[in-house]
Amino acid sequence: MGTNATTQAANAHLTTPTRLTGAEIVWATLVGEDVETVFGYPGGAILPVYDALRKFPIHHVLVRHEQGASHMADGYARASGKVGVAMATSGPGATNLITGIATAMLDSIPIVCITGNVSSKVLGTDAFQEVDITGITLPVTKHNFLVNRTEDIAPAIRLAFQIAQSGRPGPVLVDITKDAQQGTAIFDFAAAKPHPYRPHPMLRVEDSGLAHAAELIRNAKRPIILAGHGVSESGAMEQVRTLAERAQIPVALTLLGLGNFPASHPLSMGMMGMHGESWVNHAIQEADLLIACGMRFDDRVTGSTSTYSLKSKKIHIEVDPAEINKNIKVDVALVGDLREVLEQLLPRIASRDGSEWIKTIETSKGASAVRDIKNLPDLGHLYAAHVIHDIWRITGGNAIVVTDVGQHQMWEAQYFHHEHPRSLVTSGGLGTMGFALPAAIGAKFACPEKEVWVVAGDGGFQMTAAELSTIVQEKIKINIAIINNGFLGMVRQWQQFFYDSNYEATPLISPDFVKLADAHGIQGRAVRTRAEVVDAVAEARSAPGAFLLNFMVEKEESVYPMIPAGSALHEMILRPGKDPLLETPDDK
Amino acid sequence: MLHTFVAYVEDLPGVLTRVASLFRRLNININSLTVGRSERPGLSRLTLVCDASAEAGHRIRASLFKLENVVDVDDIAKDPAVTRELALIKVAATPASRSQIFDLVEVFRARIVDLTSESLMIEMTGVESKIEGLIEVLREDDGRILEICRSGKMTMRRGCHVSSVLKAMGAGTEESTEAETEHTESLDVIPSETE
Repeated sequence: MGTNATTQAANAHLTTPTRLTGAEIVWATLVGEDVETVFGYPGGAILPVYDALRKFPIHHVLVRHEQGASHMADGYARASGKVGVAMATSGPGATNLITGIATAMLDSIPIVCITGNVSSKVLGTDAFQEVDITGITLPVTKHNFLVNRTEDIAPAIRLAFQIAQSGRPGPVLVDITKDAQQGTAIFDFAAAKPHPYRPHPMLRVEDSGLAHAAELIRNAKRPIILAGHGVSESGAMEQVRTLAERAQIPVALTLLGLGNFPASHPLSMGMMGMHGESWVNHAIQEADLLIACGMRFDDRVTGSTSTYSLKSKKIHIEVDPAEINKNIKVDVALVGDLREVLEQLLPRIASRDGSEWIKTIETSKGASAVRDIKNLPDLGHLYAAHVIHDIWRITGGNAIVVTDVGQHQMWEAQYFHHEHPRSLVTSGGLGTMGFALPAAIGAKFACPEKEVWVVAGDGGFQMTAAELSTIVQEKIKINIAIINNGFLGMVRQWQQFFYDSNYEATPLISPDFVKLADAHGIQGRAVRTRAEVVDAVAEARSAPGAFLLNFMVEKEESVYPMIPAGSALHEMILRPGKDPLLETPDDK
Repeated sequence: MLHTFVAYVEDLPGVLTRVASLFRRLNININSLTVGRSERPGLSRLTLVCDASAEAGHRIRASLFKLENVVDVDDIAKDPAVTRELALIKVAATPASRSQIFDLVEVFRARIVDLTSESLMIEMTGVESKIEGLIEVLREDDGRILEICRSGKMTMRRGCHVSSVLKAMGAGTEESTEAETEHTESLDVIPSETE
C-alpha cells in the first residue's frame, strides 16, 4: 500500500490535469476507478507500468502464474460485486490470462485485464513476446482495446470499467503498447469519462407483458421461481423474496444462484438441474408456470430441452435480449434489469394460497431425504458430503466458500446451505478446474474480514497449487479443504456410468498435500475418519495463518442424483438404495 | 431462411472482425457482406445476408447489438426494401463476336465499361436474380466468361424509416427529419412463428 503522500499525489492527479507518462496514467486511472488491489505478473512489455507503481496507493499481488491473476480478479469481483483487475505482460503473460478471462465471460463476471504489448512500431512483426491478444480474446471478452497512443489510455481504461459492469457484466481487456506506456500525455480523469452507458436497445418491459405475467402468476396452480446469478448481479434478492412470499411460490436455484435466496427459507427448494435433488427436478417437470429470474436455461439446468418442463408456461426476466428463446421458448419475456422489472411487477401481484402445491412437493421429498448420505451411520468411512456438511455446521454457514470444479463442487452445492449472496464462489459456466485457490485469494482481498474456505479436489488443486506461495507472501488467512479421492472424480463417475467403468487416465497420484503445504510454510493436517472432521476444521479455523486439510475420502463415491447429459430432468440416476438407517444424533 | 441485417458500425480497425467473428461463433455462414461509408460521419453502414433458421433473426440482432462498436442493427426480414447488387463481368469477345453480347447487354440494361480486342467488361446493377440471369446466358458459350466480381447485396428500407437508436443520436444528414413519419419498428422480443 502506498503512503499518505502517494495517496495525496494520486488524488491530486484526479482533480488537476497533469502531464504523466502512459504508465502513470494506467495507475492514476485505476486509482480514480477506486481500485485498491491488482493481481498481476510483470514482464518486459509491461515494465514501465510496474516501474510507476511505487507512486500510487494500489496494492499489487504477485501471482505465480497469470491464470492465477485472472482467477483472483474474478474471485475478487464475485465476492465484492466490484470490478477485479488483473495485469500481465505481452505474449505468454497475456495468453496465460485467457482461461480466467473465459471463466469470467461464461459466468458474467466484471473484470478488467491490462496487458502490455510490444512497441507500436513493431506490432505485427512477430517481435519477441508479441501476440495478438486482442484477436485471441475477442470471443471471450465483452470488449477489448488495443491502445497504442498515450492519450488513449485513460479513456480506454475508463470505458473498460463501464463496459465490464454495465448490462450483463463481463471481462474487458486493455492491451497497451510499450511506447504508449513510455510516452507522456495530459492526464485529465474527468475528461476521460465515457459517454453514459447505452442500455441494449432491445430491452423491453411492456405493460402488456407485465399484465400477462401477473395473470399467469395469479392463475398458476403449480408455479416455481427459478432464480439464477442475475439475482445477485442485479441486487434483486429482496424483490425475489417478496415475490416468493407474497404469492407463496417455491424457489429453485441454479448453481450460481445459490445464496441468492436463503437456503433456510421454507420456500427454498435448493439447487435444480443435473445434480439437483430429484424432487426439485420432478417439481419443475410437473410445474404449470416457471418464473425464470436472471438465469439462462443452461443445459446443466434443463437436461434435454425437448422434454424440459413441457406442462408449464414460462416467464423469463433477463437483462440480455440474446438469451430470450435461446435454449427454451418462453411465453412472456420481460427484458430488463431484474430488480427494476420485479419492482414493476410486484404491485400487480396479490397474495395467493400456494399450500397445496407446496404440500405436494414436500410429500415428494420423502424417501430421497432418507437415502441422503449425511443420514448414513458412521462406519469409519469418510465421505466428502460429511466433510462439507461439517464445514457448513461449524462455520455457521457464514464463510465464503470457493470451490473448484467436479464432484466436490456438487457436494458443496448440496450440503453447504448458503444463506447469503456472494457466499459461494464457483466456476459454473466454463467449469474451470484450478479456479478455487486463486479465486479464494481474490475473494479474501475483497472481503478480508470474512472467513474464506477453499474446497477443491486433488486434481484441480494441483492445477494452480503454486498460488500457495502467493498466500504466504501476502500473509493471508485462507482455509483449504482438499477432497482427496485419488481420482479425477467426476470424470471417473462418468466413466463408471457411461463408459463401462473404464477408468482411463483418471486415477491420480498426488503429492502429500500436508507436506506440500509445510514446504510453503503453511500448516496442515490429514483427515482419514469422520470422527476427526470436526476437530480438524476447528483447528484450521483457529490457526493464525492459512491451513490445509487433506481429507482422504472414499475413492469411488459418486454424486447423486444425476441427470445424464442430454436426458430429461425426470430421468435421474438416484442415490443407490442403502439401508435407511438413520444416524443419531441428527446432523442438525 | 435468408436474413438481411443492415447495421451502422463504428469506422475503426477490427470492427469487421468482431461482426464476422460473431457469425463464426454462432456457426452461421455469411452469404454476403457489403460495407461502406454511411451518411453519418464516423459510422460505416453494412448489409449482411445470412442463412439461418427463422427464429435465429432475433438472437443474431440481439447479439450484434451486444458488440460495443455496433451502433444500430435493423433486421429487414420481409419488410418492403430495395436490394441491389453490382456485378462486373469480363467476357472473352473478339470484334466478330461482340455484337451478340452488345444485344444481351441491351436486353439486361447493363453497360459496357471496358473494351479491348480480346475482351470486354460488363457492369450491371440489379437484383440478384437479374444478375444471375445475365451470367447464365453468358455461360451458354463455354469459356466466354473470364472473370466475375460481385459486390454482394446492399439493402435499404422503402419509405421513411428512422430507427429509435439513430433518432436518439440526432440527424446524421443535412436534411431535417422533422417532417418524417416514423415507421413503426418491429422490435418484438418474441417473434411470432409465422414472421
